[in-house]
Amino acid sequence: MTINNEILIKVEDLHKVYHSKLHALDGVSEEIRKGEVVVIVGPSGSGKSTFLRSLNLLEVPTTGHVYFKGIDITSKETDIDLHRRKMGMVFQHFNLFPHKTILENITLAPVKLLKKSKADAEKRAMELLRLVGLEEKANVYPSQLSGGQKQRIAIVRSLAMDPEVMLFDEPTSALDPEMVGEVLELMKKLAQDGMTMAVVTHEMGFAREVATRVIFMDEGKIKEQGVPEDFFGNPKEPRLKEFLSKIL
Amino acid sequence: MMLQMLQDRFYVNFIKENRWEYILDGLGVTLQVTFFAVIIGILIGFLVAIVRSTYDKTGKLRILNFICKIYLTVVRGTPVVVQLLIIYFVIFGSSDISKVLVAIMAFGLNSGAYVAEIFRSGIMSIDNGQFEAGRSLGFNYVQTMIYIIMPQAFKNVLPALGNEFIVLLKETSVSGYIALQDLTKGGDIIRSRTYDAFMPLIAVALIYLIMVMIFTKLVNMLERRLRNSDH
Repeated sequence: MTINNEILIKVEDLHKVYHSKLHALDGVSEEIRKGEVVVIVGPSGSGKSTFLRSLNLLEVPTTGHVYFKGIDITSKETDIDLHRRKMGMVFQHFNLFPHKTILENITLAPVKLLKKSKADAEKRAMELLRLVGLEEKANVYPSQLSGGQKQRIAIVRSLAMDPEVMLFDEPTSALDPEMVGEVLELMKKLAQDGMTMAVVTHEMGFAREVATRVIFMDEGKIKEQGVPEDFFGNPKEPRLKEFLSKIL
Repeated sequence: MMLQMLQDRFYVNFIKENRWEYILDGLGVTLQVTFFAVIIGILIGFLVAIVRSTYDKTGKLRILNFICKIYLTVVRGTPVVVQLLIIYFVIFGSSDISKVLVAIMAFGLNSGAYVAEIFRSGIMSIDNGQFEAGRSLGFNYVQTMIYIIMPQAFKNVLPALGNEFIVLLKETSVSGYIALQDLTKGGDIIRSRTYDAFMPLIAVALIYLIMVMIFTKLVNMLERRLRNSDH
């Protein structure tokens, strides 16, 4: 695990206002460096999901800038679709394509967007499926998988685009408890392989063990952040203390 | 005695003077009009549905959406016979245009409005997460629609779509209003020649019924095949 100084994502004074009053993001500035595993925690409604979804502009900020590898992707001139290919995203509800087989789910984007040949894309997909131990599921449809399997496939689908950063939006929140482990295990493996990751989660064990940095958000702001030892061992912000006392 | 009478009536209505040709030629016209009207209806419906749901989802295409709404309101708010008459006598009143072409246009334009709303409800029924998953992989709006949303929406609306085409097939029976000799008109011409209403009209009704039943069967088969991925 190497964190060098290259800034992958830079966020500048992000604001998101809904219906001209609800302030989901209230001036967030942040940098994510290559190789970092940033875990974002906070109470519900704190803006952590909005923040994560702003990073690939699924949520368009009201004001502020997001830079990906130095390019302002919030600018009107930027083709966001090109940059999203390099930013994998994993959702709470998996969002696999139900009308396509697992293999088709994984190869769709590489074939259509990266213009890979079908054979190449399938070869890579099978490699990734082997990595997660689901190669025998290649030709079934998503409805035949368990929640944990679906989420691992969703991760693989993103990986097939060879992203430079992976965004996880509460990836285990919709899972039955016994399936949380298999997904976290895979995420941990990714982190160990050096993938840059931003993770919104309630899994404090994961944050403690895998994160290189933990961010606490509340009321649309980043209230505190630090390496896991300090963050959990010696929180300063009263709201964070209260939050941690409730969930730990 | 009874049988002999039916045979005679059958002979007079269908065999004599090759009167069956009215039915056969009429059937040809009906199928032609329905087939091309379905294609036009799908094309218009598809485009209008894309415009409408794009507006619903993103707020873009405001002006196009407005035009589409006017089209939907007018077409769905007036009878198809009146639309057919207006297109034939008002719009193409002074030009010598094929009646089949007019009927295809009228029914296609009419069907498009209903197909549009069917498609739109199908698109809107797809979970937004599907859309976000597509966009997050790097597909643009149109690609996401084509590869991810539309195939699922199509599957969802297939029963409603099949129903719309059955309605369309039967609706073409008003083509006689512009003196187009479709199946219904063909049967009616025989009636006016033989003064026998029963034979030709029952024959016409049976042919419609059989076509609808075959079509229903085809839609059901397609539905079952598409549904395979759901279990």
